Amino acid sequence: MTDITEVPSPFCGIGTDDLTIRVDGVSLKVIENGCAVNTPAFEQAITDTSARVGGKEVSLEAAVAKAAELLKNTKQPVIGGCATDVNGMRALLALADRSGAVVDNINFTGARNNFLALQDSGWMNTTLAEVKNRCDLLLVVGTDLEAFAPRFFERYLWNKEAMFVQDTSAREVIYLGKAPSGNASTSPNGQKAQVLESATEDLPEVIAVLRALVKGLPIRATSVGGIAVADLQILAEKLKSATYGVVTWAAGALAYRQAELTVQTLSELIKDINDRNARCSGLPLAGKEGDQTANQVCGWTTGYPARTRFSRGYPEYDPFLNDTNLLLDSGEADALVWVHAFNVNAVPPVTDLPLVVVGRSGMTFSKEPDVFIPVGTPGIDHAGHAYRMDNVVAIRLKKLRDSGLPSTADVLNAIEHALREETVC
Amino acid sequence: MLIRLTGGVVYDPASGIDGQQQDIYIQDGRIVNKPTGDFLIDKEYDLKGKVVMSGAIDMHTHIGGGKGNIARTLLPEDHRQDPVASTHICRSGCGHAMPSTFVTGYRYAEMGYTAGFEPAVLPINARQAHMEMGDIPILDKGGYVMLGSDDYFLRLLTAKKDQKAINDYVAWTMHSAKAIGVKVVNPGGINAFKFNQRKLDLDEQNAHYGVTPRDILHVLATAVKELGVSHPLHVHGCNLGVPGNVQTTLDTIQGIGGLPMHLTHIQFHSYGTEGDFKFSSGAAQIAEAVNSNKNITIDVGQILFGQTVTASGDNMRQHANHKLASPNKWVTMDIECDAGCGVVPFKYKDQSFVNALQWAIGLETFLLVNDPWRIFLTTDHPNGAPFTSYPHLIRLLMDRTFRNDVLSTIHPEAQKMTTLASIEREYTLQEIAIMTRAGAAKLIGLKDRGGLSAGNWADITVYTDNADRQKMFEKPDYVFKDGQLVVVDGKVVSIKWGTTHVVQPNFDPSVEKGLKDYFDRYLTMKLSNFKISDDEITEDGRGSITVHPLNGDVA
Repeated sequence: MTDITEVPSPFCGIGTDDLTIRVDGVSLKVIENGCAVNTPAFEQAITDTSARVGGKEVSLEAAVAKAAELLKNTKQPVIGGCATDVNGMRALLALADRSGAVVDNINFTGARNNFLALQDSGWMNTTLAEVKNRCDLLLVVGTDLEAFAPRFFERYLWNKEAMFVQDTSAREVIYLGKAPSGNASTSPNGQKAQVLESATEDLPEVIAVLRALVKGLPIRATSVGGIAVADLQILAEKLKSATYGVVTWAAGALAYRQAELTVQTLSELIKDINDRNARCSGLPLAGKEGDQTANQVCGWTTGYPARTRFSRGYPEYDPFLNDTNLLLDSGEADALVWVHAFNVNAVPPVTDLPLVVVGRSGMTFSKEPDVFIPVGTPGIDHAGHAYRMDNVVAIRLKKLRDSGLPSTADVLNAIEHALREETVC
Repeated sequence: MLIRLTGGVVYDPASGIDGQQQDIYIQDGRIVNKPTGDFLIDKEYDLKGKVVMSGAIDMHTHIGGGKGNIARTLLPEDHRQDPVASTHICRSGCGHAMPSTFVTGYRYAEMGYTAGFEPAVLPINARQAHMEMGDIPILDKGGYVMLGSDDYFLRLLTAKKDQKAINDYVAWTMHSAKAIGVKVVNPGGINAFKFNQRKLDLDEQNAHYGVTPRDILHVLATAVKELGVSHPLHVHGCNLGVPGNVQTTLDTIQGIGGLPMHLTHIQFHSYGTEGDFKFSSGAAQIAEAVNSNKNITIDVGQILFGQTVTASGDNMRQHANHKLASPNKWVTMDIECDAGCGVVPFKYKDQSFVNALQWAIGLETFLLVNDPWRIFLTTDHPNGAPFTSYPHLIRLLMDRTFRNDVLSTIHPEAQKMTTLASIEREYTLQEIAIMTRAGAAKLIGLKDRGGLSAGNWADITVYTDNADRQKMFEKPDYVFKDGQLVVVDGKVVSIKWGTTHVVQPNFDPSVEKGLKDYFDRYLTMKLSNFKISDDEITEDGRGSITVHPLNGDVA
């Protein structure tokens, strides 16, 4: 039995790296600094250790050969999930390049709200250490932040010391849209967050009015989405007078059509404040279970985020048409490779197509895949790299135990090699 | 395996060879002397009439790190103009302004380049820089770690810590981030922007720390020198792009007091305020200062006309320029109490007075600086132009008629504001070889690279001599990387993986005491998780690390 300290987590997105984990054989227990997201994800037990073809246990080599055989004559394979570490994504993209597949990250539909805004007009963002040391006003838009990342407030807002904030407990937190589910946002001095509550689908209107107020435009309405315009006026003034205001949102929480326009209005509002001689920054929340990792590695390998196809021999990005579910529903896909090394509950969509699952040990299926290869989890079974929500910081994941499970990269590289041999011969 | 390259005309400034016909022998990846006695040649290349140089080295090119990936993500429409399909040897990807990593490697190699150095590695983003560079085939690579706007460093200055404390921190950071040089970008300015300062002159104080860019430059240049790092402090100066910044740059040169200093993309820092448009060339003054201050080296950061994207650590200046974004979308970031970045797409137009004069200022600089060992050929890829435009730039430097033909097509007012038409100089092949090979290797401190004498690694490029220098340099006949033939007739024929060049200056291990306390109190990562280990670069089975000697080391 050993205790491993300073363990980084690939699960929560906010880059917590202070966990202490007790390792007993292959069982893990988070004994310090766990949370509702990280603790179960680390403690998930290993069940499968052996690959299966058609439900029968086979050697890894046999499973790899079968997967290559299934992919060999496909016209439009899809690699979905795409939830793994940097080396896993490198191998995944090599396989996609080889097989002409579509690559689609499981969280892309949410992330698309950010990408469309970024690719249309850009943004001004910041990162967690800047928040920790500079932020004096945090505006949370449409997101239950503590449910998303339970330790966000403890680590980045209610930290005892900050380099440029005298009294961190005097920081102001304002929620716009969704109200918080708990009290993590309550300051250590007892000050509760202000909540300007509205229905999530009213946010486009609310944010549009807020931007107009920031720009000093007249608003005739007295209320928008159930929020008094006078309250939004005060919020606009606070944003403009903050020393280092930060606006945060989770793209996936803005679950309505054309939510990219909300992200864009928020991002333009932030730019407006910076053009009015004050500082303000965005802080998009993400980074769970390899989503930023998928987009980063796909970004440098292809130029595009992780909803990209290789069917014409070169990468083509389409944030709508390259959607796994759409390709399955339309009949365009003729095989599915599902890759998810982090979460046993993130199972593939039900399909009658040939299905290869490269998944975290413990994954269970309503319909047995043609090939199932249980893999180790980055940061538990092998070392690796994962990106945090703020995209700049890649964390070095540790190997905590010897499970004998292969890594995603091992498996996908082996399939790619097998496929190369079949294509060349 | 013994390879002979027979009968080529060799330009090897590192050995003082200027266009002499001689054979080159390669064994086990390195250049060797002609074996004595009887020997068997396994493979011979007949290079009669061909031009032979060592592989080219780009000493300042943004090929790895977060801002580059933001630039990629920002510009899908640019990638769609230049899709790159996979082949049985090469991976697919995209090209033009900010190519994908694999395509970066292929296209550099296809122009005869065998090494590239990322000049803006944020310590906190160094993992990403190395991971991206780890996916660039063929090229050797390395990075200059960015300091000067990080709060830890500024706290050391404010606390009046001595030079030794600074040196320890700089050396420790170079180790942790796996760097071969140190860069400073808008010294202290990135930090000042976080305090809402919108400009920072050489002698202007940071609002919080009270230190000036001049202080920062002096302390960092001293640290680099005292640590024995070959590459002088790599400086992206104050006031990038601001008319009148030529004076800032001249003051920066004088102010460094003879310490070794490299001023990067100096074209962007050579602007006067004369003329009807209050924008003029300061290239002559800059060239004079460079010529008379032997401690100074520069690279140009030439702009060339067309669409590109600017990606910089200088979020203060990038924010100031955001209204020039074309297309109109841009990104800035404040980053981890460490640094920042700004990404602004640009379209340089020959009919824009400012852009046309920027073009002329860069060329004036190239042509007026006398010593090719102290000036380097860059476009600050992708900021002035994508690296794929180097052959065109080489033709502009080597062919006065061509240069003047292009000059006659740019904005007429810009033509009046440049002395370019009267400058007769044409670069020679040897001078090109100095700027892009021997000089670059010497500047960075690369042992065994950039030369063709025995003992060097066999990074070799073979061209067909052609009066059209653009055609000549865009399509080498052969490129060898570590002795392996990787390019034939301007196309990649095999893949080799280059090494990562670093230096490892010494530091007092007790430096980690203060750092650990700082990380625990203020940063978001544990010190132990911050430091990059060797296996992060080598574990994929392709990467390797090459440690270079420090000045004063016994070879």
